[in-house]
Amino acid sequence: MQSTSRQFKDNAHRALNDATLQRALGNVKTGFQEKRAQVVSELPEFEALRDAGRDIKNHVLANLDFYLERFEENVTANGGHVHWCRTPAEARETILEICRRREAKTVTKGKSMVAEEIGLNDYLEEHGVEPIETDLGEYIIQLRHEPPSHIIAPAIHVTREQIAEDFRRHHTDLDPNRRLEEPRDFTDEARAKLRERYFAADVGITGANFLIAETGSTVIVTNEGNGDMTQLLGKAHVVVASLEKIVPTLEDASTILRLLARSATGQEMSVYTSFSTGPKRDADMDGPEEFHVVLLDNGRSAMLGTEFQDMLRCIRCAACMNHCPVYAAVGGHAYGWVYPGPMGSVLTPSLIGVEEAGHLPNASTFCGRCESVCPMRIPLPKMMRHYRQREFEKGLSPQKARAGLSVWSYFATRPSLYRLATRVATGLLGRMGRGKGRFSSLPLAGGWTSVRDMPAPEGRTFHDLYKERAAAGTRS
Amino acid sequence: MSARDDILGSIRKSLGRSALAGDDAAQLHQRLGRPQRNLIPDRTAGRDTAGLTALFMDKAREFACTVDEVDSFEAVPEAVRAYLSRENLPARVVQAPALADSPDGALDWSAAPTVEVKTGTSDGSEDTSVTPVFAAIAETGTLMLTSDAATPTGLNFLPENHIALVRRSQMVGPLEDAWARFRAARAKADGDGFGMPRTVNLITGPSRTGDIEQKIQMGAHGPRRLHVIIVAD
Repeated sequence: MQSTSRQFKDNAHRALNDATLQRALGNVKTGFQEKRAQVVSELPEFEALRDAGRDIKNHVLANLDFYLERFEENVTANGGHVHWCRTPAEARETILEICRRREAKTVTKGKSMVAEEIGLNDYLEEHGVEPIETDLGEYIIQLRHEPPSHIIAPAIHVTREQIAEDFRRHHTDLDPNRRLEEPRDFTDEARAKLRERYFAADVGITGANFLIAETGSTVIVTNEGNGDMTQLLGKAHVVVASLEKIVPTLEDASTILRLLARSATGQEMSVYTSFSTGPKRDADMDGPEEFHVVLLDNGRSAMLGTEFQDMLRCIRCAACMNHCPVYAAVGGHAYGWVYPGPMGSVLTPSLIGVEEAGHLPNASTFCGRCESVCPMRIPLPKMMRHYRQREFEKGLSPQKARAGLSVWSYFATRPSLYRLATRVATGLLGRMGRGKGRFSSLPLAGGWTSVRDMPAPEGRTFHDLYKERAAAGTRS
Repeated sequence: MSARDDILGSIRKSLGRSALAGDDAAQLHQRLGRPQRNLIPDRTAGRDTAGLTALFMDKAREFACTVDEVDSFEAVPEAVRAYLSRENLPARVVQAPALADSPDGALDWSAAPTVEVKTGTSDGSEDTSVTPVFAAIAETGTLMLTSDAATPTGLNFLPENHIALVRRSQMVGPLEDAWARFRAARAKADGDGFGMPRTVNLITGPSRTGDIEQKIQMGAHGPRRLHVIIVAD
């Protein structure tokens, strides 16, 4: 997928002025935050499980080569195939090759962010294979020719009025005057439409939430059952997964499963957690004839051993974006590539370069909510700071910001001068703003005051107040 | 160099070491060969079968299942008939082959002569399936089903309604206890580990989606209703 992360600022402005989008984003708070808080409060061990989850993933990352080799052995022993792919292009070609060999006309797809990352749908379409998204949210955005705006709720930016238009435009065989108002109407219509497609599909493609080294299994976690029908009814099952999805054992997966659904949708368990191991056995009455795992690196192996290694613990629950004030304000499309929100602000520059995605780690208030809810305890703000630093070191940050920073650092490294300057400035601004208590415009602060007022300081600096209180013994 | 060698080489380069060997590798082999449990929530600790069953029923209902209890396996057909009638569903089911012919006993449908029964997997046209389960996990009201010749997976997903039969003896506390039984039941004759079926499904409630404006709807693609019949045994 072509990134528009360079235009983050323009994207964000557009998003803030899009009334329909703003209405849709209002659902994030009630839909996710409250449910997560509720379900977490019902599990006293949740914090300890976060530690356990983090430790499992750290262990895996330190031994990733070993576990990947065991995974491959066990997939093979169960009659499946592992395809190692360095780049999105290799992964696309591998999947197309499987489709061609099976003379596939249509493929059904379960939701997969890695498939988005490699731009699979467009590629298959260009080569005469029709991909059909079966997750309801993914189906809607496929009809709209849009990328997902959220990693677990891809159509969260769309309102039901818009979906009604999309369904009427595409489902032309149905009564044009049918009712499309309640969520039930949409769900039933999509269910009926997609039913026929599952059975006709030559290949079923899913992602994976986990790969299990011990058994050679791939695991998907869904609520709709679409991923299960995709992998059950396609004549061949192709799993596309990035290599950090590995965990050692069924027990390790079980531990992380206790974190995943709670952090994602605020459920104790998602409805369907399915472990796939190889193709249909000889005596089985159903199941795919072939089982393939397309294992994607795409820059992840190079993240190991760097300050961004912790990002590879991510289990794609979306808690960080569900709790992010920036995501809630601008939505996922503004981020300009596949992964939005705080996890995207770290992963995107890691995968496509800080030159392309340098704006994203800057799109943070550093409020720290993402890290506080991350089930894998990924220090997202710290990593965004690392990227800001890299951006500065590479000379990629804008001239004005660099000039501002050098002025600031000139003062900051000379404490007495700094105190004098802030005392003068605070006193001056305090006197000037005494009337209204705020400024609607200030020189050098136009970026701030063009959209909101700057509160006027009260005339004293923090240093002075701190010193005074310490002297008076009221510090605590 | 192959992509495989390249990727493994890149991982090792980033980690600053060569392929693991000797004790390091042996330790990891042991971690895989004798899987250890991690922290398990206290929720199910110390419960006997009755306590686990009560917790399972609470959880399953919380996640939108309906639950019935019957005294014996023989009482299942009548319980199925009564359920279909109560929910105003057609008196037709497709049952897993395991229920037609099993060492544990087959369902005798003569007790519910109005119910039309076929045996096999689903082609998507059936209203209601009836399946056994491998285990029921009280911790989260979750069913564990495994694919086999006599338990085809289609029955778990394709019909509009799914009726799952749980014997009380299949009730476990945490998910890890279900895996322990699973490993034991599928142990290879030569003692070298266990065999995986093509698929293991953990199912917690009926199919649902929140993709239309975050409003939860049942029956997105899979069954709209999940009814659990707990059988005393």
